[in-house]
Amino acid sequence: MAQTATETHPAGAATDGAVVAATELTRRYGQGDTAVDALRGVSLQVRRGELSAVMGPSGSGKSTLMHILAGLDRATSGEVFIDGTAVGRLNDTELTRLRRKHIGFVFQFFNLLPMLTAEENIVLPLSIAGRKPAREWLETLIDKVGLADRRTHRPSELSGGQQQRVAIARALVSQPTVVFADEPTGNLDSATSEDILRLMRESVDTFGQTTVMVTHDPRAAAIADRILFLADGLIVRELPRSDPADVLAVVNELNAR
Amino acid sequence: MIRVALRGLAGRKLRSALTALAIVLGVAMISGTFILTDTINKGFTTIFTESYKNTSAVITARSAISSSNSGAALTGGFPASVLDKVTGLPDVSAAAGSITDTAKLVRRNGSTFGTHGAPAIAVSYQPHEERFNPLVLVAGSFPTTSSEVAIDKTSADKEHYKPGDTIRVIARGPEKLFTVSGIVKFGTVSSIGSATIAVFDLQTAQQLFNKLGKFDVVRVAAKGNVSSSKLATEIRPLLPPTAQVRTASAQVKQETKDVGFVGIIQKILLGFGGVALFVGAFVIFNTISITVAQRMRELATLRTIGASRRQVMASVLGEALIVGALAAVAGLFLGFGLAVGLDKLMSAIGIDLPKSATVFATRTVVVSLIVGVAITLLSALRPALRATRVPPIAAVREGADLPPGRLAFLGPPLKAIVTAAGIALLLYGFFVHGIAVTQRLVAMGVGALLLFVGVALISAWLVRPLASVLGWPATKIGGSAGNLARANSIRNPGRTASTAAALMIGIALVTSVAALASGIRNTVHNTLERTFVGDYAVTSPDGFTPFAPASEKALARVPGVTAVSGERVGDGKAFGNTVSVSAVDGDVAKVIHIDWAQGSDATPAQLGANGAILEKTYAKHRHVGVGGHFSLQTPAGTKLDLVLKGTYVAPKGPPAFGSVIIPQRTFDRVYPQPTNLFEFVNMRGGATDANTKKLKVALADFPDVKLQTESQFRKNQSKFINQLLALLYVLLALSVIISLFGIVNTLVLTVFERTRELGMLRAVGMTRRQVRRMIRHESVITALIGAALGIGLGFFIAFLVTQALKKDGIGFAVPTVSVVVFVVAAIVAGLLAAILPARRAARLNVLEALQYE
Ligand SMILES: Nc1ncnc2c1ncn2[C@@H]1O[C@H](COP(=O)(O)OP(=O)(O)OP(=O)(O)O)[C@@H](O)[C@H]1O
Ligand SMILES: [Mg+2]
Repeated sequence: MAQTATETHPAGAATDGAVVAATELTRRYGQGDTAVDALRGVSLQVRRGELSAVMGPSGSGKSTLMHILAGLDRATSGEVFIDGTAVGRLNDTELTRLRRKHIGFVFQFFNLLPMLTAEENIVLPLSIAGRKPAREWLETLIDKVGLADRRTHRPSELSGGQQQRVAIARALVSQPTVVFADEPTGNLDSATSEDILRLMRESVDTFGQTTVMVTHDPRAAAIADRILFLADGLIVRELPRSDPADVLAVVNELNAR
Repeated sequence: MIRVALRGLAGRKLRSALTALAIVLGVAMISGTFILTDTINKGFTTIFTESYKNTSAVITARSAISSSNSGAALTGGFPASVLDKVTGLPDVSAAAGSITDTAKLVRRNGSTFGTHGAPAIAVSYQPHEERFNPLVLVAGSFPTTSSEVAIDKTSADKEHYKPGDTIRVIARGPEKLFTVSGIVKFGTVSSIGSATIAVFDLQTAQQLFNKLGKFDVVRVAAKGNVSSSKLATEIRPLLPPTAQVRTASAQVKQETKDVGFVGIIQKILLGFGGVALFVGAFVIFNTISITVAQRMRELATLRTIGASRRQVMASVLGEALIVGALAAVAGLFLGFGLAVGLDKLMSAIGIDLPKSATVFATRTVVVSLIVGVAITLLSALRPALRATRVPPIAAVREGADLPPGRLAFLGPPLKAIVTAAGIALLLYGFFVHGIAVTQRLVAMGVGALLLFVGVALISAWLVRPLASVLGWPATKIGGSAGNLARANSIRNPGRTASTAAALMIGIALVTSVAALASGIRNTVHNTLERTFVGDYAVTSPDGFTPFAPASEKALARVPGVTAVSGERVGDGKAFGNTVSVSAVDGDVAKVIHIDWAQGSDATPAQLGANGAILEKTYAKHRHVGVGGHFSLQTPAGTKLDLVLKGTYVAPKGPPAFGSVIIPQRTFDRVYPQPTNLFEFVNMRGGATDANTKKLKVALADFPDVKLQTESQFRKNQSKFINQLLALLYVLLALSVIISLFGIVNTLVLTVFERTRELGMLRAVGMTRRQVRRMIRHESVITALIGAALGIGLGFFIAFLVTQALKKDGIGFAVPTVSVVVFVVAAIVAGLLAAILPARRAARLNVLEALQYE
């Protein structure tokens, strides 16, 4: 990336060792009387190989934050750095290149292409980028997500959990700098959710995959290395790795405010 | 990405197929036109080439005028001694003379084979000149006696004539009986169209056509290495002034020139193919636009996982490319079927032309494929560009809007500008004087195109008011389903508008054609009514082929006949141009109303030997006044010095006479084989059954003519308008059918898109019947919007045309019946288009529909 040379490291040491960094992010939807400030000054850093969870009440700005971090949306003010690149200033072509190299995304509603098979969906980011998947890596990945016997199935022939595994494999296949997941278990039952969470955790442990995950579920947050709590567009609390009960306590406390 | 496109197509088989169909039909029209006209052209060239096989040089009678149908029939041939002189040349290896004239074959029921303007060929045969003979025996033998004739296979098959049968033939004068000696075919040509062939032995032919001691054609073969042009040069000095020589290839070229009308037919048919493709483009544009809108999330997801804008665009265009290519190939081959259909269609209105074996030229393949693919890609361009604007965030956000494009602010003014430019070009094409025909046609074509596009763009604003009016019946008939249908039709005005626009184009063209036709029909009807004032008319069966005047005498002998007047026709050269010549007798004013400028109904009887009558403005432009002289040259070369004795004002509409009117006796003297276009008869008591019977009896020996009362005659004379109209309707129907696919397509996509909503409606108690009804009404409302816009536009265009043609007496007339028919047709079309989508919608499983994601 040509850009990395010019736009690395903003003033201050805030981004030291961080692959994702955000400084004073704000995001305002709409104008005038009906304007909504979804983010009101969020700064954060994500370190390499770390699994972060973002929690918070509904409407607190979690999705907004995630979209801005992933370069899907632009902040009203503030800046996002991914692997040292200032995302806000990139044009469409540069953003596309950034996505190919640095970003994976796991959606709540899977967003698989219905006409492609599971395996084709998984390798799609590579083929779009004009790259060939390394056979060995692909096998490892498909094994890992447990889809070895489902490769040629279409999404419509897969269960919700299986579809989300495909989506996770698709996010991991290009070994991006960071994977963003917005409520990856939001559309799944609890047993399946557990499966998916285990998979996310393993991808961090085995492949060192940096991951940021939005969730409502304290048990999901409990697999994270750190948990950020968002309320009214601000980060209000941060926990290190905790068990579900502690997380739930904080959630209840925030909800009570 | 290509795989995404391919799989996308496979996953949307139905709509891809429907999209493709829109192009298939248009391409088929193009390829069918090429196949048919190539086959006809090849048929003609084969006939011309084989007519002069083994021939180096051709000697023919010289015609004094250059006219397309001045064949040997109009000249009197040239002295047979030419053959002896030519045979004596050292460079000649062989030469043979023959007669070429016209002779009509008679059917078993006593009527002649109608040739609809194609020649009724008569040729001579000589047993020793086989090398020059293009005819091939299918059965029997060539004629050798004066009572034998060989006839062509098509005619023989039609009437089951076999060798040994007797057949009546009209050469000159009354019909004669012959024995069929054999059945012949013209070389390798598959069909000679509606032409007929009669072959006589040489002496018989010379006798029949008053050409004793004469030939019409001498074919000359050169020795070994003598070139054709050298031979022609050697022959030229030997010829009398009545004969000319050409190399065989020059002769073929000359004769090929006469069939230039095939090129015109080709252009007209291609024009209709173009219209079909234009309508198809709308359908494709619409389908792909809707598909892109529905695939927003999918496209956005592709963006989030790293697809560039260009790749998104490529995936949409790639899909279009594949659809276009498949459709073009399918259309190319469907063209074979369509060529047969077009041929049948033209035959039905009497245009039956020669054909060789089917010609499938490389050009046909190339043009069809390129046109099919290019139109599809072009139509996909805008939706593809829109697809590139789908933001990645649309992957996670419901109902994300497309950001407006950079040029969006140009939208509304652009719509107005396109429409205005279309109208301006139309006005320019119709009303500006002194521009070339091509320029005019291009201006009108492009103008109409822009107008259609402009109105299609603007009509998005008109959908709401139109739907509320046109949807009113639906709300009355359909109850709540009708109400929902009307609401649905304005949910996405742009989509409804462009769906309706496809139908609009077809209906606009059909309406303008209908309006024009009724204007022309009025004019023609009035003119015929005013002009032809006799009791009876006699014409050839098709009404326009000239026939021998022999029947005049038979008619005159019928008791009760008060006047018989024939109008002779021929070509001549006057004022430096080839002109049509009419010859009349003294009674003409009794049967044809003439609007005299100078002269009176007595003038025709006072023409003497060299008097002439001209149309008033025609005479003025050529600076001849009454009493002034001008000269007329006949095809045989005779020069007449004529004195202008009277002028008349031609009626608006079809003229009753050619440019120059001369006395009949003079005409019969200088034209070797005079022919009548019409004969008119007045009888005591007028047109009555008894009189008709008497005249019929008198005409029994003249199978090549048809007796009609004046009112029948007028009807027959304007019949061509209805035939032409029917032909245009059929050709335009193709475009209407394509627009139907457009409606089907939109509805199928809409049903798909509203799956969840339909499930909800079903869940709250809507019956399957109501669902079907709702879709049907929406379809009919869309069709009616198309019809309303189309009829309005059609009137507008017809109005412009009639204004431009005002001086020709063509007025604007509202074809009420046709309009009603079109509206009903639109409703039926809407109902038909709804069948498939309604069935799909009704079949939805409520539970699945609600879960549908
Ligand atoms: N496109 C938009 N236009 C206007 N307001 C928006 C838009 N998207 C989000 N908002 C508002 O921004 C705020 C934050 O929304 P966001 O989707 O980030 O919340 P969230 O924390 O993800 O909530 P949830 O847990 O329900 O998903 C909300 O008040 C929401 O109404
Ligand atoms: Mg959210």
